Amino acid sequence: MTRKQKRLAIIGGGVSFIIAAVLLVMFAFSQAVAYFYVPGDLAKAHLAPGTRIRLGGLVEAGSVKRGDGMTVSFSVTDTLDRVPVTYTGILPDLFREGQGVVAEGAFVAGSPVFVADTVLAKHDETYMPKDVADRLKAQGVSLGGKENIQ
Amino acid sequence: MIIELGHYALVLALGVSALQAILPVFGAARGDRALMEIGTVAAKATFLLVALSFGVLTYAHVTSDFSVQNVWENSHSQIPLIYKFSGVWGNHEGSMLLWMLILTFFSALVAVFGHNLPDTLKANVLAVQAWIASAFSLFILLTSNPFNRLADVPGEGRDLNPVLQDIGLAIHPPLLYLGYVGFSVCFSFAVAALIDGRIDAAWARWVRPWTLAAWTCLTAGIVMGSYWAYYELGWGGWWFWDPVENASFIPWLAGTALLHSALVMEKREALKIWTVLLAILTFSMSLLGTFLVRSGVLTSVHAFATDPTRGVFILVILILFIGGAFSLFAFRAAHLKAGGLFAPISREGALVLNNLILTTAAATVLTGTLYPLVLEALTGSKISVGAPFFNMTFGLLMLPLLLAVPFGPLLAWKRGDLLGAGQRLFAAVAIGLVAGCAIYYAQHGGPVMALAGLVLGAYMIAGSLTELFLRSGIGKVAGSVAVRRLAGLPRSVFGTALAHIGLGVTLIGIVAVTAFETEHIVEMKPGMTADAGGYTLRFDGLRDGKGPNYTEQSGHFSVMRAGVTVAEMWSSKRLYTARRMPTTEAGIKTFGLSQLYVSLGDGMADGGVVVRIWWKPLILCIWGGALVMMMGGAVSLSDRRLRIGAPSRARKQKRPVLEPAQ
Repeated sequence: MTRKQKRLAIIGGGVSFIIAAVLLVMFAFSQAVAYFYVPGDLAKAHLAPGTRIRLGGLVEAGSVKRGDGMTVSFSVTDTLDRVPVTYTGILPDLFREGQGVVAEGAFVAGSPVFVADTVLAKHDETYMPKDVADRLKAQGVSLGGKENIQ
Repeated sequence: MIIELGHYALVLALGVSALQAILPVFGAARGDRALMEIGTVAAKATFLLVALSFGVLTYAHVTSDFSVQNVWENSHSQIPLIYKFSGVWGNHEGSMLLWMLILTFFSALVAVFGHNLPDTLKANVLAVQAWIASAFSLFILLTSNPFNRLADVPGEGRDLNPVLQDIGLAIHPPLLYLGYVGFSVCFSFAVAALIDGRIDAAWARWVRPWTLAAWTCLTAGIVMGSYWAYYELGWGGWWFWDPVENASFIPWLAGTALLHSALVMEKREALKIWTVLLAILTFSMSLLGTFLVRSGVLTSVHAFATDPTRGVFILVILILFIGGAFSLFAFRAAHLKAGGLFAPISREGALVLNNLILTTAAATVLTGTLYPLVLEALTGSKISVGAPFFNMTFGLLMLPLLLAVPFGPLLAWKRGDLLGAGQRLFAAVAIGLVAGCAIYYAQHGGPVMALAGLVLGAYMIAGSLTELFLRSGIGKVAGSVAVRRLAGLPRSVFGTALAHIGLGVTLIGIVAVTAFETEHIVEMKPGMTADAGGYTLRFDGLRDGKGPNYTEQSGHFSVMRAGVTVAEMWSSKRLYTARRMPTTEAGIKTFGLSQLYVSLGDGMADGGVVVRIWWKPLILCIWGGALVMMMGGAVSLSDRRLRIGAPSRARKQKRPVLEPAQ
């Protein structure tokens, strides 16, 4: 191999690897990310059943019901709209009625119930997930009575 | 009074490091030894001042001096002594002070051990270290002063965040920072070389030990953090692709690349410009990590800093340093003489492949971490980029690297023989296949991908051993000769082999846990049993307990095998009284390399309790492999070539063992 060929082989190999990586990242962004919604957004969103999303809001007071076995159902609300959610498993330590929550999962075709496979409540009792707080604020909901932006 | 002394020491440290930042550069430019020498003295002085300041904050925490705001917010008179200590850095202000302490510690190390460095290089390195130190001490003093006092002294503190009250947290941040901040030395060396306009193989030999030391500590820090999250958060996961984890993982990937490219530069004088760029990039990623974690732009477990003024300040530091270094690079890189041509298939070629893949992987993780922030800023829509994204991209990209790992050390410098290396790896491939299948059958069942992963891991271990076997001539020469040759190999060869073996072990752990883990969520009443991983778990009942600053309800479990009780486990739900915050304390029992993991859920109305039981096969391989990697780093670091700047002696030593390898 000549000097030029050697350099070309290394640069060519490198560039094609990087192009492959960029394509892979773009493909993954189209497949493997979940968008964030609060209940009020869903009517406009027209989601196809089975689309993975993150649903954020407050756990509606009085809505938590333990079914048979490990299944728990509750409603996520932004105080205007509400979405019924079912989840099978152990809820996080800080999951409480009236507190912020983010549920990840999808709607099943022909049902208004959101089936969550992950429920997040973060590690601080005064903490509301930033996404939820922003969206709720944007909708003019007061947060825990402390701040009212209306 | 003592508190004010700590504050004063920090102000003084800023002053001294400002001097250290300016005078040695002039000294180096004019060839004035006296001015250059100021850097050495100032570096030691700054370290002592910051250490004093840190000591004072520690004293305030240990004596529970609630007149200090930082202590009041993050401590409690009742917590155990160890958490009073770890509480010093379990908060934003204290952890920034720890950052400073470690930064100045590294500067002082350069000052003390850098006597064999050329004077101008040493002076410039210390000056660049001082630029960073000045910026961050200014940041602490202006936005995050840990020595602020409260006018009305409260009677009791607000307690340390309960999830942080753990031995893992006591160790994790200092180790992580030793790694993060350790890369600052590589950065300073790179910038100093650019200022000097001169760079050679000796430069790479000086940089390598710092890179190795920082890399080893960062590996340790990440492992600690991963294990801490595993047992403390009670979710049973060991890696979440959380932005904060990524913030430490990106510098690790870049640092690993730097480690390998510095090797090429030291041995072959090639990849000079790239190595300098990588040294800048690695520390830039550390700074970016600090920004992401400390500014609170991310929503995550670690986000305990939420004041935007801090974020903007760090962002300015970030832009100044990264931008400045890259501008300098752009101006000066052309002056650096490129050297050492090599064939695509050669040791250098393999190391280029390593660098290409590691930096691309680091860029991918960075993209995934920053994309939600950028998208939100541009369009307002919010997305979560989680494990599926990273597994798809990072996992696939790393695959060719894992395959290539055993090849690298077997290829010759300059012009290698892929076929020859492949033949020599034949045994490794065979061992990998057999061992992978053996583990697969031992864990019974699982997708085909898992088998492939296990084979890959075993192949990497066997392939790394091949290098040692071939170089010592085991099987070809008399046993005693082979042992002597093995003992005579440079330590860095063992370091390489250990690090690569560790990677293989970690891979086996990851694959085994991902493919063969079992998870049950069951409601249990006292006396009921559940099966996991060949063991039977009997729930014996709940008991109320009380710790120094919490109350708890713990469930007692008996672990039985074939009807005989082999172990007992406790898993509890705690309520930390000061913050009214509940936490889950998982029960973990180790069997060989596998673990049984039990986490308590909510109590049911009928007296039962929801229990989550995991069987984690070979999970200890994940962290064990990383420990082996760290051992590799430490062994490499002890190589005499790195301690003395005498390349000729090292080369002489190596030659006799190189020849019979064919």
